[in-house]
Amino acid sequence: MAVDRRKFLKRGALAGGALITSPWVFSTGARAAGDIKVGVLFSLTGGLSIVEKSLHDATMMAISEINAAGGVKGMQIAAIAEDGASDPKTYNEKASKLVIQDKVPTVFGSYTSASRKAVLPVFEKRNNLYFYPTYYEGFECSKNVVYTGAVPNQQLSNFIPWIIKTLGKKKFFIVGSNYIYPREMAKVSKILIEKNGGEWIADEYLELGHSEWGSMVNKIKNSGCDVVLSNVVGDSVIAFYREYKNQGLPHDKLPICATVTSEIEIAAMGAEYAVGSYTSFPYFQAIDTDRNKAFVDRYRAFVKDPKAVTHHALESSYFQVFLWKQAVEKAAEITPVAIREAVKSQEFDAPNGHVKIEAENLHTYLTPRIAQWLPDGQGKIIDAYKEPVMPLPYVAYGETPTNLFCTSKGLDAVKLKT
Amino acid sequence: MLEVLFIGLSLGSILLLVALGLAITYGAMGVINMAHGEMVMVGAYATVLSGLWLGTNIFVAIPLAFIVTALLGLLIERVVVRKLYGRLLDTLLATWGIAILIQQAVRLEFGLSFFGIHVQGLGPGLQNVSVPEVLQGTFRLAGADINRYRAFIIVVTAVLAFVTWFVIYRTIAGTQVRAIIRNPKMAAACGIDVARVNALTFAFGSGLAGVAGVMMSGFKTVFPDMGTPMVVDGFMVVVMGGVGSLLGSLLSAGILGEINGLVAAATNDILARAVVFGVVIAIIVLKPKGLFALRGR
Repeated sequence: MAVDRRKFLKRGALAGGALITSPWVFSTGARAAGDIKVGVLFSLTGGLSIVEKSLHDATMMAISEINAAGGVKGMQIAAIAEDGASDPKTYNEKASKLVIQDKVPTVFGSYTSASRKAVLPVFEKRNNLYFYPTYYEGFECSKNVVYTGAVPNQQLSNFIPWIIKTLGKKKFFIVGSNYIYPREMAKVSKILIEKNGGEWIADEYLELGHSEWGSMVNKIKNSGCDVVLSNVVGDSVIAFYREYKNQGLPHDKLPICATVTSEIEIAAMGAEYAVGSYTSFPYFQAIDTDRNKAFVDRYRAFVKDPKAVTHHALESSYFQVFLWKQAVEKAAEITPVAIREAVKSQEFDAPNGHVKIEAENLHTYLTPRIAQWLPDGQGKIIDAYKEPVMPLPYVAYGETPTNLFCTSKGLDAVKLKT
Repeated sequence: MLEVLFIGLSLGSILLLVALGLAITYGAMGVINMAHGEMVMVGAYATVLSGLWLGTNIFVAIPLAFIVTALLGLLIERVVVRKLYGRLLDTLLATWGIAILIQQAVRLEFGLSFFGIHVQGLGPGLQNVSVPEVLQGTFRLAGADINRYRAFIIVVTAVLAFVTWFVIYRTIAGTQVRAIIRNPKMAAACGIDVARVNALTFAFGSGLAGVAGVMMSGFKTVFPDMGTPMVVDGFMVVVMGGVGSLLGSLLSAGILGEINGLVAAATNDILARAVVFGVVIAIIVLKPKGLFALRGR
């Protein structure tokens, strides 16, 4: 009875709060209805919806699984889904709406760095919390973002030494889409290539979304390189691999080693174009564990598509909701700051293996893996770290596990300059 | 060097492939058809869907896509464009809206996704078109490795350009089209059914875009937004070549393709793209009517 009365009062207060538009006092009002609201912000329309729709689906699937198992602290999660429409400006507006109007304590969202950068001011100004599931270029240190995708050292730190030592390839042709992610990846790659005794003979870029690869592939062919390191992103990937084969370049002699090519692109280009090439990611659909197989089956059932593929950012979108749930259970109250403090050092057995949030920089420990693509469009995992690797978002600037640039106090700008 | 020239030729043929349909709808009819890129997209999806549901290959898709997009073009002409002849900027806005509608229709699987139904081959994702073995890889010609698929595109483009030329310059319907380009009112006064000829011309232009879509599908990525960047390239070619001139489009596509190929080989693709746009701007400034403008009498 007492609870009912309190609920009643809170609802009344919430209505009153809405009338006098005071955003601060009733920020926990969302709990009054016996559920907990979260924002889900991915592009459901526009060019990026190709990938972001799958991230949205994975997030929703995690939420519905948690709800089916009894919710969080006895509360059901109510997802408020918004459409970022592949446009950073829309992302910013929708993030403001979720944080200010819906007063959610957490938002899950974004695929591109551009959309994350666009929503960042909203979360920092309002001291709210954002969960970001995508591998990205690093070079960011926000107290208001939990990063559950790979940073460059988790994709490259085993990949480059492996290419040089195991494949025996020493002359790299680095190719990417022309924006910040591939350029930062190239920067990290060059450091690692030189450290491991290889050399890079070219570092070339093609406009993002541009898919005319004729000249570039011809250049690769005549460059004398013995391996191609690809940071090409999005739909250009398909045209790249097709042109590669169509100009007669063989993956067994001159393999493409990619950091972005995932199951989605392989399915779209046709596996015959990628057979024998390599990709480095912490997660592949082919990971041979019961947990992952069950995950893939559940995802296919959830999206009603028996041929749907899973990939790294999708898997991160899924497990980050569970990390969030554990943090909410641990936190004393449901506020963004309390959840953030509670998510530090949270651990979870994700489909890719054991993951853990680093307390200092809010990035995630992940296990780097290398796969070779097979004719059925799946990767065969041929090399993997034994344990999860610490995330170092500033590795291109000299960050090491014993000398962190990004800590819970924020970014140490002095270290970045030296 | 031969390989570089071949890539340039291939780039030119791709430009021309998209521009051919535009040369007709924009050049001949004065309609800025922003939905042209979406016609390319529909052609590509026709390839995907026929492959998935009928099990046919890319060769069968060519006539099929032509028919589908021509009918769609006919519908658009009948419902919207017909009411807007002579209002250039209004056609731009209206066809832009149509473009968005077509894109969303494909993305939302014609609304079925609202009901939880998934149609294989539609939706927001990337689609796969399998290319026959004979069009993969290379063959040797005069000491150079020639990309089979690109060679195939060049052949198809050449055939389409010839067919278009033949239809416009060697048939009675084409004569009527050319009469309408020069002076629609005078043509009507001479007994030409302008409405009917315009509708068929628009359908033909759309059909050409559909065939372009089939060619693109085996080469680039098939997804709902694929057509949007192509329409810009298409207009570039038509405007530079001179509105209404088939020969102009042919030459400007060839020139731009070779410039793109040569600059990209010497420096990089990003600079090449900038140089191409620079050349187009220079030509429009120096010859505002394009390389081969129709001379009015």
